[in-house]
Amino acid sequence: MCRSFTTFSRLLLLIAGLAVFQSSRAEYGINFPPPAADVAQEIYDIHMLTMQIATFLLLVVFSFVIYSLYFHRKSRGYQADQNFHNTWFGSWSWVIVPALVLGVDLTIASNADTVLKKVWDVPKDEKLMDVKVTGHQWWWEFDYLDHGIKVESRFVPKEESGDLYLREVDNRLVLPTNTKIRFLHTSADVLHAFWVPELAFKKDAIPGYVTETWSELNREGVFRGQCAELCGTWHSRMPIVVESVSPEKFAAWVKDQQAIKVAAAAEASSSKTWSREELISKGKELYETKCGACHQVNGQGLPPAFPALNGSAIVNGPLEAHLNIVINGKPGTAMQAWGTLNDLEIAAIITYERNAWDNKTGDIVQPTDIKQAR
Amino acid sequence: MSYTTTLHDEAHHHANPTGWRRWLFSTNHKDIGTLYLFFALTMMFMGGASAMLIRAELFQPGIQLLDPDLYNNLVTNHALLMIFGAVMPAAAGLANWMIPLMIGAPDMALPRMNNLSFWILPAAGTMLILSFVVPFFPGGGSQINTGWTLYPPLSVQVGMSMDFLIFAIHLLGISSVLASINIIVTLLNMRAPGMTLMQMPIFCWTWLVTAFLLILVVPVLAGGVTMLLFDRHFGTSFFDAAGGGDPVLFQHLFWFFGHPEVYVLLLPSIGVLSHIIPTFARKPLFGYKSMVGAMIAVGTIGMVVWAHHQYTIGMSLGAVSYFMIGTIIISIPVGLMIFNFIATMWRGAMTFETPMLFAVAIILMFTFGGLSGVMLAVVPADMQYHDSMFVVAHFHYVLMPGAVFGLFAGVFYWLPKWTGHMYDERLGKIFFWINVTGFNLTFFPQHFLGLAGMPRRIIDYNVMFTEFNAISSVGAMIFGFSHLLLLYIVIKTIRGGEPAKSRAWEGAEGLEWEVASPPPFHTWETPPLIRQEQTS
Repeated sequence: MCRSFTTFSRLLLLIAGLAVFQSSRAEYGINFPPPAADVAQEIYDIHMLTMQIATFLLLVVFSFVIYSLYFHRKSRGYQADQNFHNTWFGSWSWVIVPALVLGVDLTIASNADTVLKKVWDVPKDEKLMDVKVTGHQWWWEFDYLDHGIKVESRFVPKEESGDLYLREVDNRLVLPTNTKIRFLHTSADVLHAFWVPELAFKKDAIPGYVTETWSELNREGVFRGQCAELCGTWHSRMPIVVESVSPEKFAAWVKDQQAIKVAAAAEASSSKTWSREELISKGKELYETKCGACHQVNGQGLPPAFPALNGSAIVNGPLEAHLNIVINGKPGTAMQAWGTLNDLEIAAIITYERNAWDNKTGDIVQPTDIKQAR
Repeated sequence: MSYTTTLHDEAHHHANPTGWRRWLFSTNHKDIGTLYLFFALTMMFMGGASAMLIRAELFQPGIQLLDPDLYNNLVTNHALLMIFGAVMPAAAGLANWMIPLMIGAPDMALPRMNNLSFWILPAAGTMLILSFVVPFFPGGGSQINTGWTLYPPLSVQVGMSMDFLIFAIHLLGISSVLASINIIVTLLNMRAPGMTLMQMPIFCWTWLVTAFLLILVVPVLAGGVTMLLFDRHFGTSFFDAAGGGDPVLFQHLFWFFGHPEVYVLLLPSIGVLSHIIPTFARKPLFGYKSMVGAMIAVGTIGMVVWAHHQYTIGMSLGAVSYFMIGTIIISIPVGLMIFNFIATMWRGAMTFETPMLFAVAIILMFTFGGLSGVMLAVVPADMQYHDSMFVVAHFHYVLMPGAVFGLFAGVFYWLPKWTGHMYDERLGKIFFWINVTGFNLTFFPQHFLGLAGMPRRIIDYNVMFTEFNAISSVGAMIFGFSHLLLLYIVIKTIRGGEPAKSRAWEGAEGLEWEVASPPPFHTWETPPLIRQEQTS
């Protein structure tokens, strides 16, 4: 049985190696990425503390077991001590062991409780910057409540993102450093969870609830995370990218976004008549970012969950039904209400769908039609 | 036959049933135990196949084999097949086989209900498989892409396969509640004269606690999934915020079942371990009383800490503090159990047959899993671990050694008793080493994946997670295929081999070793006499 002993000692070496390993700043890919906020740092520290305590206890248990395996064997001629459980130690161990474990537990719990009180509740006595984070199947929407701007963030296909595939988005969540930020989490459809390890902790996005977390970034950089609560088919395609910039840069970015927003609103609400080509090219772009995730870029869908639009009865049928399903969604399915889009966007998407692939209805839908349909 | 007579009347002795009637109409605890064990083995291979498909898909980044919904359905199926199909029936099989032998009872207290509680299972298993198969047919709706936790609102979106699953869970729940009632009644009423509760073998104690847990929590799950069914089809809004419901309510109902469930899976194996370690250390179990106390404590505390699975739903500070403290406190009784096992080995005269190898592996690896569990219990840190691969690694480190290896150990330990043949020791040891190596290779790297930021239940991952996933997948293939060797060993042992003595192991103690190997169809028709010095 030498073999078992060597295997166990190898395992022990591995564990010991890990213990040494975590004393240095862990590399990317083995441990948490380096925290970028004080709350995240607190969490990182308590994680390291519990990990060290756990490793120590593991070493204690392993050494006792391995000692016993080696020395207390019949093949060494060891005689079993039939009265070991009747000794003083045997009679009192049921008190001693829980007391020792309780001591360890209290060490962990008291430290954890201190950290918990620091990070759990959002500071109440000061003004925080509010960001509303809404999870959708399968993209994120970030509302800067104080600045009146909205960012829609979707994953970028592999061709464009390369090695950052599934960790890269088209529009980043831009946040200022040294500003206390409150995140308000909610969901438009199913459960999601917002998780950027460097920022702070996870929080679930629950439809009908608003949960809050807070964080204060202390360095600039780009931090990547992913949705962490199973939310259906493309759960793996909900990355979050936070770009942390200085407050000055952030202010400039906000100005740009507001200007873009005003321009888009003006364009959409004008009563101008759009040409077929304009609508279709705009629609193609919008379709591929907003609808293509489920219905696929080629319009084939992923039946049965996501019906094909190519040749579908709704897309090739009466316009009212098509408008209705886009604006109001289809309850009980993943098809959500897209009424939040502006008239121009909906018009462009519907025009594109009714003329793309094998669909040849020839219909052209103008923003003014959408206004009436609402 | 008069029910008042206690005389043993040979004239009323029927011939033992044979053929299919022996199994379908069986009221004999040994046959029903065998049925349970074979059902569990079948389900284990199905659950294992789905797990290996999952790992094959995750071998490299990108989507190669499965589509996302099929992947999520396999994740769902793997959990349900393993928990409800493999571990619980296997533990119930051990209970059926061994409890009457251990306490000197002629059979279970309610033999016909015993028959029912088994024969519900194949129907339920079929329903479970159907829920996987239905979406492949036209009009079958979408796959179950919710994971085994079935959280609404996602589970309300799923097609009709979810209804199959809900009814399958109902049936599986009924089966386990019936088996639990049976075991409680047996243990409380059928012990041999002179055997007090504190003289019962530990395996019986673990099952007593487990049975109470099951009766308390399974109906809650049944209620939860029934509410889900109503939400899906009858227009209620239990879990729909738009109708005044609460999606979080389902999580509470589910985990009120789900957390005690992990102790249901764990405790029978702890019981098996409490027999194996004294046998191969050739000295009595250390701390019998504290073992019983620890078990009851684990069962009790385990009932009131369910919300540590939902730290991220935005509970108040007071609530999370309570659940954190409660969860950390569980380490005390569990630590006491582990300590007792080590103290049983300490200063023993150990030999290392396959069951003992598994037992030692369990002590070491279960400790590892338990300690990562303490890490997870710490709320602030869990905010980072939650729903990452770290959690997957943790609960596999707890449930594989804690539950499944315990059952393997039990099977190897009692196979000579059941079949009358010794298994092939060399093959058993080979199986152990391949199995444990594969297991560690599979789940150890997943800790790092989780810490680095890989969420659970994703079909496709970024290239930065490639290496550890590849290692994990290779391990999973070794681990998965090693179970074919287990099947071979079991079949080989049933078909023949060195005849086993009635006391198959040198250090074995207890009533089950007093009957022949294999035991006759009816045992302990005359209750054994309990000698008072048998207590420990």
